[in-house]
Amino acid sequence: MKSSIDVAYVAGLARLELSEQETETFQKQIAGILDYVEALQQIDVSSVPDTPIDPNLPTNVLREDTQRESLPVESVLRNAPKSANHLVIMPKIVE
Amino acid sequence: MQYEAVIGLEVHVQVKTATKMFCGCKNEYGAEVNTQVCPVCLGLPGALPTPNEHAIVKTIAAGLMLGCEIAPICKFDRKHYFYPDMPKNYQITQYDLPLCLRGGVILEKYAFPKDVQKEDFATAQKVIRLVRIHLEEDVAKSFHFEEQSGIDFNRAGTPLMEIVSEADLSSAEEAFAYLTTLRQIMVYGGISDADMEKGQMRCDVNISVRPVGQKEFGTKTEIKNLNSISGVRRALQYEIPRQIEVVSKGGSIRQETRRWDDASGQTIIMRVKENAHDYRYFPEPDLLPVRTDQGLKAEAEKLIPELPRQKKERFMKDFGLSDYQAEVLAQERALADYYDEAVKGSSHGAAIANYIINDFLATGPDLNQLPIPASHFRELAELVGGNKINSKQAKEVLAEMFNSHRAPALIVAEKGLEQVTDTAQLETFCDEAIAANEKSVADYRSGKTGAINALKGFVMKKTKGQANPAVIDEILRKKLS
Repeated sequence: MKSSIDVAYVAGLARLELSEQETETFQKQIAGILDYVEALQQIDVSSVPDTPIDPNLPTNVLREDTQRESLPVESVLRNAPKSANHLVIMPKIVE
Repeated sequence: MQYEAVIGLEVHVQVKTATKMFCGCKNEYGAEVNTQVCPVCLGLPGALPTPNEHAIVKTIAAGLMLGCEIAPICKFDRKHYFYPDMPKNYQITQYDLPLCLRGGVILEKYAFPKDVQKEDFATAQKVIRLVRIHLEEDVAKSFHFEEQSGIDFNRAGTPLMEIVSEADLSSAEEAFAYLTTLRQIMVYGGISDADMEKGQMRCDVNISVRPVGQKEFGTKTEIKNLNSISGVRRALQYEIPRQIEVVSKGGSIRQETRRWDDASGQTIIMRVKENAHDYRYFPEPDLLPVRTDQGLKAEAEKLIPELPRQKKERFMKDFGLSDYQAEVLAQERALADYYDEAVKGSSHGAAIANYIINDFLATGPDLNQLPIPASHFRELAELVGGNKINSKQAKEVLAEMFNSHRAPALIVAEKGLEQVTDTAQLETFCDEAIAANEKSVADYRSGKTGAINALKGFVMKKTKGQANPAVIDEILRKKLS
């Protein structure tokens, strides 16, 4: 089965504005990539057990619940295009 | 046609930890805006998350308290969507392998709103099954102004549990009882303060209606913006009849998200769900799997306290409390601990429970900061039990105790309330009473037993109210027989 990705749909989800020309170009490019990956489908994996988690991975790499220093608020806001009263400001979110 | 409601709840509970889920920023409510953030919770390029062990342990503990199966191994996934409150453009959550599966909540009578506790459905001990509990990170907090919105990222990345129920609930009252019970368990286990008004517990309601007997679900709506447990009840009391009205008139319900407006008492349409969200879940490549069977579950087991149901049963069995008394005291952990402290080494469990429930709670104290040492109640119960003061005097002591917070024995001594228990003295008074009340004596002897009260009153007056009425009664009856 050939996989396909609808570029226009994905662009919509990703809030990307693509021109018709771009959509067409990316659609072709993505199809090429999918064809390439499709080669994997030819491998017979029927003898490999279905494991949602690789049993060879290390587990429980966790941290203790201890506090570390946060950033000064000036640094936090440095990447924000707009801020006021230490809040990051953006166009009104309409629910 | 008869209709029934089918309700499922998704409850988000903030996990009480010192730090956030994947970084060491403080997890604290109400701090100065944007002061508890770092490259990890801001989603800056290259920053890597590391899970907070304590948050995982607490989530497992919540699962154990709710009778869930704990997954021996689980993982985290990315859920993608674009919204200003989520700096990474994906939320780290758990998709197909959550920490806890199944389990359930028993709806006890006392979890229902007071006005319906006598109804049959409140005593049915219905079980609401859970689908799952998973652990994820919370999003930032948005503030909406006239023309723009502002974001505070302090909450972004704090640990959040999502508890998903089966659609087993069938009324506004059951939803109320379910949330009350969940909240109680979260608070008991120290998992969360679960204050809905502070957003520590948040609830989305999925509700549909169908003709009784029909198997298929009707089209559901989702209700948001519910800020209190009673608000959830009110929203459902509005939404259930609204849907029934539409459907019974031949109309159809649209799948939509509605907002509860507590002021107007209505649910208002927010948006129509056009198509299901495409969240493009995939396993979080920056995080390794979590095994619960290598110590985490054992840690969680250590956190589990005696739960309300068990506490209630113990109070009834060990201290002879009534169902009602035990229920009231077991409802809040702070109060239950207080009672346990008060009753320590005493054989007057029921009396102590009475003072606390009927007298102390009536003064409306802050349960988390009870001003009276618990041992005062034990001391008072001993004084009454040992006939040092009578129950009328106990009330006087209680009033003074609530006022000055001083110990009962001290109050008794100061006020000279010590009961006259010197029987020789009481005998003399009784003789005087008989001599001075010939008519009452004659009435009593002729069968009007109530006449003895006049004699008792005489003696009580002589002792300035400080005698044990039962003792006087006994002496008088002996003398008159």
